[in-house]
Amino acid sequence: MTSDRPAVLTLEGLQGLIEALAAEGYRVLGPTRRDGAIVYDAIAGLDDLPAGWGDEQDGGRYRLVERGDAALFGYAVGPHSWKRELHPPHLTLFRTRREADGFSVEAAADEPEPTAFLGVRACELAAIAVQDRTFLEGPQADPHYARRRAGSFLVAVNCGEPAGTCFCVSMETGPRARGGYDLALTELLDAAGHRFLLEVGSERGRALAERLDARPAEAADLAASRAVSERAAGRMGRRMETGGIKALLQENQEHARWDQVAERCLSCANCTMVCPTCFCTTVEDTSDLSGETAARVRRWDSCFTLDFSYIHGGTVRGSTKARYRQWMTHKLASWYDQFGVSGCVGCGRCIAWCPVGIDITEEVAAIRGEKNPESAG
Amino acid sequence: MASPTRKPRLAVWKFASCDGCQLSLLDCEDELLAVAGALDIAYFMEATRGRIEGRYDLSLVEGSITTAHDAERIREVRRRSRRLVTIGACATAGGIQGLRNFADVAEYAAAVYARPDYIATLATSTPIAEHVPVDFELRGCPISKRQLLEVVSAFLAGRRPVTPAHSVCVECKLRGTVCVMVAHGTACLGPVTHAGCGALCPAYDRGCYGCFGPKETPNPASLSGRLAALGMDGGQLGRVYRSFNANAPEFRQESQRHGRQDEPQDDQG
Ligand code: SF4
Ligand code: SF4
Ligand code: SF4
Repeated sequence: MTSDRPAVLTLEGLQGLIEALAAEGYRVLGPTRRDGAIVYDAIAGLDDLPAGWGDEQDGGRYRLVERGDAALFGYAVGPHSWKRELHPPHLTLFRTRREADGFSVEAAADEPEPTAFLGVRACELAAIAVQDRTFLEGPQADPHYARRRAGSFLVAVNCGEPAGTCFCVSMETGPRARGGYDLALTELLDAAGHRFLLEVGSERGRALAERLDARPAEAADLAASRAVSERAAGRMGRRMETGGIKALLQENQEHARWDQVAERCLSCANCTMVCPTCFCTTVEDTSDLSGETAARVRRWDSCFTLDFSYIHGGTVRGSTKARYRQWMTHKLASWYDQFGVSGCVGCGRCIAWCPVGIDITEEVAAIRGEKNPESAG
Repeated sequence: MASPTRKPRLAVWKFASCDGCQLSLLDCEDELLAVAGALDIAYFMEATRGRIEGRYDLSLVEGSITTAHDAERIREVRRRSRRLVTIGACATAGGIQGLRNFADVAEYAAAVYARPDYIATLATSTPIAEHVPVDFELRGCPISKRQLLEVVSAFLAGRRPVTPAHSVCVECKLRGTVCVMVAHGTACLGPVTHAGCGALCPAYDRGCYGCFGPKETPNPASLSGRLAALGMDGGQLGRVYRSFNANAPEFRQESQRHGRQDEPQDDQG
């Protein structure tokens, strides 16, 4: 492949892509089937991908299903997001040691391995762009995120099979990747064979693509790829009306709906943990028995915990109502004030992985006063 | 830090319990020398026979109060202790023996013992904090050895222990475990249960049993709705909250909400 014109990879060509990434020194992560879900983990080749598996998702429910075809990427986003890699759940920041005259502080080594992500969905590219604003463009850039981000190679795979919980069309983030990737694939599975349209999105992507065994794409391949995205866009499981949403939420802080959702909400924090844009952390200081060493570890936190809003004298958001309202209002309204974009990319994870199936699209519709929000989509 | 001239004195006390929690301390094989180096282990029934009178800087208390004698003894322990930390579900919630609180203890005794008149016991099993002021409660059945070391280290450094009161779900998500309830339809108490175990059971494909008791601001009524949708009937809902932490207020109320008309039969079976 010699130009930015789209190309076509066979299955062997895809295997070649994985091997080329490994040869470049990347740790390659991709989708794989484990514990009844499609999770992201290390992959060595096509055999690790979830061939023939798809999923059914709804509020509080996720099930793998056999598709009856050989699709390698025929699933929608699952329990993991790339946030785990770019913004890890635990990170040791520094260690201290008692010295004769006080103590010394030593920053913890942080040398993340260059990592390639295979199978990044359009909503996930959007989520990474949202976290870039938080961690790279704000007044306080996060060096840990910056290192991981600089060392990551993103291979997008356009969605062909949205889940019942997806609403990227409403959030204008998908289903087709529009940039922010190194390479983008569309899986094509039709009479012309099992193949992948390959598009280049960066210099790095071009350099890698040039080493692959690919043929130039024909008009039929391009049309087939567009058709995959159009079909996916027409099959969103959910939708969210976003017009005036910031004012809607900021002006309805005392809406009766907050009390109703608080009756159901477990304040378990699952929604914030699975959300690919939620960024909050706390730090935990530990010391050893001898009192010689101590360490500070950063870990994911959530606005659903009491400690999160604990200040001198007590917790600010004591009620579940206040905590749910904080989460949803931050995602959909105050995120604009803070970062200039929505904090929600429409991936639907918070709906599927909420144990009681609380649905952010349904909550928005209810605050709008829409009738019968469940029939949306 | 404690003064280097004298090591703080540690005592481990046992009330109605299975010994599992204090064995967690002996189980800290790698760290036991460090514990012994940092503290003077002055009283520890599981590890030594010699009883040392006096005062203790840190008392770890295992077990619940089930007899009038123990109700008196815990006051004595409190008087002798600068800091008193309760460890485990028995000491913090009343333990599995707290099931007696839902039943007639005289009937229990008659069913179990040949000479129930030899048994002198209270009608209830209650946590230590109902009897004396407690400085810190460490949850779990059994407690986590990692958290026990954290509590002791924090005591020595004069800082607050890091034992978050959020849900077990957070621990699942931190370790990347796939939710067993959402992905498999397995009943799980994780969303209402206090973290601490590291989300052990879901990592082995089981639902959480609630060993660490209720989390901060739990909502078991909402979870029960979900468990019912997964197929639990009223009797099962009554029982699922009724194990090691049956007597913890939020679990007790939720179990009682689910029709216990069948209680006498259950108690026979
Ligand atoms: S919704 Fe909550 S956890 Fe997520 S970023 Fe906002 S404050 Fe943090
Ligand atoms: S708020 Fe929910 S749907 Fe939106 S990005 Fe986060 S997890 Fe996805
Ligand atoms: S909305 Fe759902 S996932 Fe989020 S805290 Fe409430 S119950 Fe948990």
